Amino acid sequence: MTDAAAKVYDDLVHAAGNREVYNPSSPVAEFGANEPLHLDAGLDLSPFRIAYNTYGELNADKSNAILVCHALTGDHYCASPSPVTGKPGWWSSIIGPGKPVDTDKYFVICSNVVGGCMGTTGPASIKPETGKPYGLELPVITIRDMVRAQKMLVDRFGIDTLFAVVGGSMGGMQVLEWTVSYPDKVFAAVPIATGARHSSQNIAFHEVGRQAVMADPEWHHGRYYEEGTRPTKGLAVARMTAHVTYLSEQALHRKFGRNLQNREQLGFKFDAEFQIESYLRHQGMTFVDRFDANSYLYMTRAMDYFDIAADYDGRLANAFKGSKTRFCLVSFSSDWLFPTEESRAIVHALNAAAASVSFVEVETDRGHDSFLLEEPEFFRAIDGFISAAARARGLAR
Amino acid sequence: MSVHSDPRPTSETVASGAGTRVDLDIIADLVAPGSRVLDVGCGDGALLELLQRRRQVDGRGVELSQAGVNECVARGLSVIQGDADRDLVHYPDDSFDYVILSQTIQATRNPKTVLAELLRIGKRAIVSFPNFGHVSIRASLMLRGRMPVTKNLPQAWYDTPNIHFCTIRDFVELANEIGATVETAEAINATGQKMAMTMPWAFWNLFGQQAVFVLRR
Repeated sequence: MTDAAAKVYDDLVHAAGNREVYNPSSPVAEFGANEPLHLDAGLDLSPFRIAYNTYGELNADKSNAILVCHALTGDHYCASPSPVTGKPGWWSSIIGPGKPVDTDKYFVICSNVVGGCMGTTGPASIKPETGKPYGLELPVITIRDMVRAQKMLVDRFGIDTLFAVVGGSMGGMQVLEWTVSYPDKVFAAVPIATGARHSSQNIAFHEVGRQAVMADPEWHHGRYYEEGTRPTKGLAVARMTAHVTYLSEQALHRKFGRNLQNREQLGFKFDAEFQIESYLRHQGMTFVDRFDANSYLYMTRAMDYFDIAADYDGRLANAFKGSKTRFCLVSFSSDWLFPTEESRAIVHALNAAAASVSFVEVETDRGHDSFLLEEPEFFRAIDGFISAAARARGLAR
Repeated sequence: MSVHSDPRPTSETVASGAGTRVDLDIIADLVAPGSRVLDVGCGDGALLELLQRRRQVDGRGVELSQAGVNECVARGLSVIQGDADRDLVHYPDDSFDYVILSQTIQATRNPKTVLAELLRIGKRAIVSFPNFGHVSIRASLMLRGRMPVTKNLPQAWYDTPNIHFCTIRDFVELANEIGATVETAEAINATGQKMAMTMPWAFWNLFGQQAVFVLRR
């Protein structure tokens, strides 16, 4: 690498927030010109690559694979420490030896979604035609595009049918999309804390986040990589807003109340005087260290566009017609981003399609983020459902 | 959503030698092996589990209490939270071979509509219920002038979820009214024994503590 090239590379790594975009620590599947990703936007993405991790062993007849789909700002480090933050995998409480998603029994695949910033092709990746990062020249990515790419990765492993597809929030949208796009390729599906479409309120929150990013002068219409800047302030505000939607009023009050941060009385200033302000600022600041601002725009857009029934004359039940997949839906009572009613609508559609469905609402005050937390009732449901599905699939030992 | 206490007798109140409730045993005997079954008001999944084990059915459940649902799912059963009065409408016609309503009809708001829905969704409906015409209940009203509180129906009138009691005769009449055919009927006496088919309705109505009916359209 020449000095100039090294400088450009360093700048890009700096601008993207982490070097994983360009030089992933994980395995990568490369898809060349002969294997383009057909996007819903009507364009092909090619070449492209998928960064992924696997846990456990694929059995001889390749029938024990579980695909784990990550959420908006997640990545493929679901059960191993993140190379960026050093923190344990985001679902290491659920995935691992002897855990509900038991890596002693199942082969777990988790890939970074298209449009992401942890090694899979996204807006910070280099566009071959220009030699510069895509920025906003990357077509808008949809949930179906993400799933199409995952299918190409699963095919690489020679896996015909996934034993299960599991995911929460945006990951849950991917699970649902899998069951609709590839109904014969999914034996069991676990969509958690999700919906069959993004609600108007959810689109509204995403738009606030995007406007915060775009209003940051350092965003430069998405070309900040070349400018050597990063719209960290805008992205932090986006994260702060979004973070509130992941919690609940009750949990916030329980945790922070009106407590003051490092002071005895009100200071009559605009510092982070309340603990909740300090907490949110911290959430915003740590987020920008690990996430690319343009990826945030693409991820939120993908969720906004999601509406399964739209392709089926507005009737969700038609999307699941003839489905042989065993479903288990989970919602959390205090989740106001994807309230229980969203899951119930899917359950009713699955009933109408005479599909096999279980549905658990977990009582908790911890809001949408509950799917990432230790919730014993949630774990028991996942464990029971997956074990029963394994028996039905002939996987139980 | 209203939270009812469990309308069904517990497994201790009506236990047979095999450790299963007598009415569950009878239902299991009535279900053809390998059929598709929906258990409405499936509680903690005891009947579904019995049906899967003994009859290898493709079983689904609907249960009002979230605790019951979560227990079922943790046991590996396909169960959703739902209400017999409200949620049966989402199921298509003829989607099950049997729809079972075990010890639940007396807790529904609209027994007639629910019964009609069972027969729309299922080719057959199996309904079990406590017989309010049983001699002990009649005695309680007649001799003591009090609403009956029995081992089988332990709640007082003001906190019972059972709002639509009926007798065996009442049930037969309702079945006739909605145009259903009674295919099989069983009654269980106070000692948990099946009563002979040859006995007249009046006898059943007096000494049957519980009844199990198989209906078809």
